[in-house]
Amino acid sequence: MSDARLSVLKTYKLYVGGKFPRSESGRVYEVTDSKNNWLANAPLASRKDARDAVVAARKAFGGWSGATAYNRGQILYRIAEMLEGRRGQYVREVADAEGLSKSKAADQVDAAIDRWVWYAGWTDKIAQVVGGGNPVAGPFFNLSSPEPTGVVAVLAPQASSFLGLVSVVAPVIATGNTAVVVASERSPLPALSLGEVLATSDLPGGVVNILSGRTAEIAAPLAAHQDVNAIDLAGADEALAKELEIAAADNLKRVLRPQPVDNWSATPGTERMTAFLETKTVWHPTGSLGASGSAY
Amino acid sequence: MASAFEYAPAPESRSIVDIAPSYGLFINGEFTEAADGKVFKTVSPSTEEVLSEVAEAGEADVDRAVQAARKAFEKWSALPGSERAKYLFRIARIIQERSRELAVLETLDNGKPIRETRDADLPLVAAHFFYYAGWADKLDHAGYGANPRPLGVAGQVIPWNFPLLMLAWKIAPALATGNTVVLKPAETTPLSALFFADICRQAGLPKGVVNILTGDGRAGAALIAHPDVDKVAFTGSTAVGKQIARTVAGTRKKVTLELGGKGANIVFDDAPVDQAVEGIVNGIFFNQGQVCCAGSRLLVQESIHDELLDSLKRRLGTLRLGDPLDKNTDIGAINSAEQLARITALADRGEAEGAERWSPACELPQNGFWFAPTLFTKVTQAHTVARDEIFGPVLSVLTFRTPDEAVAKANNTPYGLSAGIWTEKGSRILAVANKLRAGVIWSNTFNKFDPTSPFGGYKESGFGREGGRHGLEAYLDV
Repeated sequence: MSDARLSVLKTYKLYVGGKFPRSESGRVYEVTDSKNNWLANAPLASRKDARDAVVAARKAFGGWSGATAYNRGQILYRIAEMLEGRRGQYVREVADAEGLSKSKAADQVDAAIDRWVWYAGWTDKIAQVVGGGNPVAGPFFNLSSPEPTGVVAVLAPQASSFLGLVSVVAPVIATGNTAVVVASERSPLPALSLGEVLATSDLPGGVVNILSGRTAEIAAPLAAHQDVNAIDLAGADEALAKELEIAAADNLKRVLRPQPVDNWSATPGTERMTAFLETKTVWHPTGSLGASGSAY
Repeated sequence: MASAFEYAPAPESRSIVDIAPSYGLFINGEFTEAADGKVFKTVSPSTEEVLSEVAEAGEADVDRAVQAARKAFEKWSALPGSERAKYLFRIARIIQERSRELAVLETLDNGKPIRETRDADLPLVAAHFFYYAGWADKLDHAGYGANPRPLGVAGQVIPWNFPLLMLAWKIAPALATGNTVVLKPAETTPLSALFFADICRQAGLPKGVVNILTGDGRAGAALIAHPDVDKVAFTGSTAVGKQIARTVAGTRKKVTLELGGKGANIVFDDAPVDQAVEGIVNGIFFNQGQVCCAGSRLLVQESIHDELLDSLKRRLGTLRLGDPLDKNTDIGAINSAEQLARITALADRGEAEGAERWSPACELPQNGFWFAPTLFTKVTQAHTVARDEIFGPVLSVLTFRTPDEAVAKANNTPYGLSAGIWTEKGSRILAVANKLRAGVIWSNTFNKFDPTSPFGGYKESGFGREGGRHGLEAYLDV
């Protein structure tokens, strides 16, 4: 690179309702790399930003949950395609954020891209795996199907700023939920950049909303919000998780407690999808043709 | 409306059941007194007759029961699934053998008609044990990975509306998956659970695998908060459910909650009216409306409102309210004075807020707790009777014009347990069922239950499913 040219820095912004706003509070905080060098100023999202994001997520829920599973799968796959094209950028950001070598960071990014592909394939299969017909003792056709829970607040893992983030967001939206994501507090930049990929992957605005800032500050109004249906506490420490779970009880949110994850690269099971699914069972009378009906 | 053909009384004999004057707690395979010697009485809601005196569990008893369950867990969970299965099959068979006795007992303690306990509760109880018995040695194939492990000790708290059936929903899957249990039946309906303890004895179930603690909400709260309980299962009110969710926050305890509801029963203008009327009656007057999945909001398409209401009122005029042991009785007693007071207060509020109240001519017995079948018309979505769960024989009637409006009104509730759809048009059933945010939807039928069919709510009706393959997950470490 020529010494004469000054590089153009990126202004990192939130991703809410398909747009890239700054925090309504006008606040930012300094994000540094593992050696405390300045990387960028990230938006310090407020409680109001959190509420706006919930409104956007709720607005997007009908369309996204009503889209065909095939369509959702295509869009998730498109996200992988877009990420692949910008792989270099994410390797750089992850290396800076987590203090990893280029090759270690590349492993993380590759695994994250592959994770989108994994969940893209799940969208039109999960219903067959966890739903099905029930052989009730009576003249009824009885079918159980999984449906998305609704708006899910996701506290992304603190340490794994990109692979961890993708690993918790993809399963939530694969099944038709919409998400309000709180990025890793210390390393929010890969998450904020993900918004740029989501915005160009045919993902409807509002399906994923990404906030950066103080996890505890943003998570509190989300956990207590009456229009949030579930919360993934992956990025909360023990004390915060307990506090948020208590707040979440107020409208009986589904709560996924933080679990120790040593290695986000391991193949995920279906648990992160089923945690945010409801089972709907519908009974239909089958009637009977009776003695005069056809025997065939 | 006086009938030209009065029915002669047809009471089921209560001599088939022998209720002891007092019962202890069932801990580690034995009946024992409460540590502090406390007891309380259980009455028959239809006569206020005292049926028996039962021990009131305190914290020391909860601790003793949890310890017994913990001790039993090691061996019980290590048994081959095929052996656990055979215990459960035994229990199912003994329940079938003793089903008339248990039906009469349940009717006495709960107040619901013998027709229901005999034809609905008891057959479902036996079927539930039979169903989960078969899962015990097939868990590797249930879709939860190879060799799924039980959680440990399950603390279970159940309500008074289907005492023995709720016990079956809790205990059968817990034991099939290798957990041990401490179960607290409701304060007003302790007897059938104590009879179930005797069935465990007859089946030779190892000591401590099932422990029954009678008592009030304090015993339930102590059980749920006990540090050595790994799994909490609760069926009851949404308010208590929220309290439980707070209690277990930050612990390892896995929780399933089956809570309240305000089910919408949607009748479109092409519905077969006579069938719909039967479904509406079944939806809200089954078990005196003391059903979490009751169809307590009738949403009727405007164009058939008058016709449907006329038919419905005519049908309500033929319902027989009275002695629950009479085989012809349709409407039994309300379970307790407390519940009757709640229903009365909410119905009065409906009237005060301007909804129009109607009940058929109906003579209420002198003793016991009774409430006449009641309709509210001219109900808006803002009325308390359209929003709060009444848990009684009270139906709120609202109208709609388009399917979209029906769906919007049906979903306009913090609950999400059940809904009904009445229409002849198949595509409309599927479209509406798809948009309703509720865990169980009945099309052209209502209040159907089966052990193979998952049951449970969306939103504030709770989480987790009971019944079917789905019901196993609640008791497995997956």
